[in-house]
Amino acid sequence: MNAAANPADIMPTWPEGGVSRVPYRLFSDNGVYALEQERLFRGPVWNYLCLELEVAEPGDFRTAFIGETPVVVARDGNGELRGMVNRCAHKGALVCLAERGNRKHFSCIYHSWTYHLDGRLRGVAFRGGLKGKGGMPEDFDPARHRMQPIRVEVFCGLVFGTFESDMPPVEEWVGPTMAHFLKRNLGSRPLKVLGTHSQIIHNNWKLYAENVRDSYHATLLHTFYTTFKVNRLDMDGGILLSEGTPWHHISYAKRATLEEAAEYKDANVHSASYDSKLNGPALLKTEDEFDDGITHSVQSIFPTLAVHFTLNSLCVRNFVPRGLEETELVWTYLGYADDSEEMTAMRVLQANLTGAAGLVSLEDGCINEFVQRGTRGSGDAAAVLEMGGRGLESSESSRATEVSIRGFWSGYRGLMGYA
Amino acid sequence: MIGAETRQRIEDFLLDCAWTIDEDDLEAWPGFFAEDGRYRITTRDNEERGLPVGIMLCEGRGMLEDRVLALRTANIFEPHRYRHILGRPRLRESEDGLIRSDSSFIVMRTMQDGRMDLFAAGNYRDLLRVEDGQVMFQERAAVLESRRVDVLIVIPI
Repeated sequence: MNAAANPADIMPTWPEGGVSRVPYRLFSDNGVYALEQERLFRGPVWNYLCLELEVAEPGDFRTAFIGETPVVVARDGNGELRGMVNRCAHKGALVCLAERGNRKHFSCIYHSWTYHLDGRLRGVAFRGGLKGKGGMPEDFDPARHRMQPIRVEVFCGLVFGTFESDMPPVEEWVGPTMAHFLKRNLGSRPLKVLGTHSQIIHNNWKLYAENVRDSYHATLLHTFYTTFKVNRLDMDGGILLSEGTPWHHISYAKRATLEEAAEYKDANVHSASYDSKLNGPALLKTEDEFDDGITHSVQSIFPTLAVHFTLNSLCVRNFVPRGLEETELVWTYLGYADDSEEMTAMRVLQANLTGAAGLVSLEDGCINEFVQRGTRGSGDAAAVLEMGGRGLESSESSRATEVSIRGFWSGYRGLMGYA
Repeated sequence: MIGAETRQRIEDFLLDCAWTIDEDDLEAWPGFFAEDGRYRITTRDNEERGLPVGIMLCEGRGMLEDRVLALRTANIFEPHRYRHILGRPRLRESEDGLIRSDSSFIVMRTMQDGRMDLFAAGNYRDLLRVEDGQVMFQERAAVLESRRVDVLIVIPI
């Protein structure tokens, strides 16, 4: 750790009230942002990097980010998954410029230093000089120079990476409740990508981390469902937090009992089942895929991953900090490799509900920016998070709670040096 | 062979559609589509990889109407307007008597406080039906050059 970065000098004093208060300064302070890179992103967490299917074959690589640090995930010639910082050991240039591809080895374009797919230095251009002149010193040892390795691990088709050498496996780190739900959504059948795009949102990354855990705002800000009468406010649902540090969460809902009326049961596939006022009701044609009754869910994995399964629309969201007040929210829509054409068509149409133009979710593109703008000049003021109490207990009967946001802050506080 | 008169009709039609959006006459926008017409916004990256999920998809005029109604009554966002700049269409005859039209566009976005950005650039990949001198979209795909959308898309491109 950088000796100059004493958290006590940089981090704001946390107000009385613990995780039920959040100092606004955390969203707009450059010192805080820099310290997060070091203590949080490069600290003891597993960061989501990419899908395993994107690096399926030997030679496949995918670039990604841990906080702002560029990294690359590659499958080497032996089929092993490797992770390394995407930085040449010579002058620090990016080694992989493309987002994805397939290579026999990596080559830095600046001075043609080449690397094996595991990041070991393979060759240095003009190492012996030209015509007997120049070149590297006699004692230059390629074995002492390499792209900095990071640990990578796959869980449920998701590739995670960490700078921390002493981390438990991902499954253990997320805890049994989170692991079970990731297996339900991503781990039971081979996945396929249906499409991807991203959204630049003009806010600190933590505002989106809060937003994605915020079940309180869902039916208040996002009025599509209620306006078009396609969702019931009294649906069964709840919030589950991870064991240990409660920084991961699942928010789930079960469609109303109306859905189980006899006329729907025999068909299983039912259009207009929501008694909606849509002119194009086929948008919400849906089919039950699980027997636990859960039809809407959002799961967050600290720090920057969320997975939603809304009706039949399955999507991985990765929110990548691009600076203090800018975040790239990457949406990757998924299906299962063995989906029928009909199921794929439903997933494709239901993708309209979310994403940059999501009928339900598009407000999230601007709401966090409104907080970012609203909290300028706020001094030592703090947000109030008391909906559903001030504690950190799972809420299995109600989503009118901010408990999962408090859970995020409890993990954040631990990493950033608050007692 | 696409005659000069047909070309002129198509160019006017494409221009009218863009003006309908820019003048905030969005209720008239679904009328540019055939009853079973299709509208998509996607990215060049998705198109090149053959991936079906883009950013917006409406199948049939009803879904276009729902989009407009959602924008007017349900969705919440900071007020903004578009200004489309269109390139001349590249026209080719397609199957079933349809005409394939490709045209470049850029969309400038102006927020209520006057902030103005280049919001989108791309290709309109259109399948046009021309009947009795009337042009309509059988399919319109707004294929964005960039995979990144600034803030959100609520007004159709």
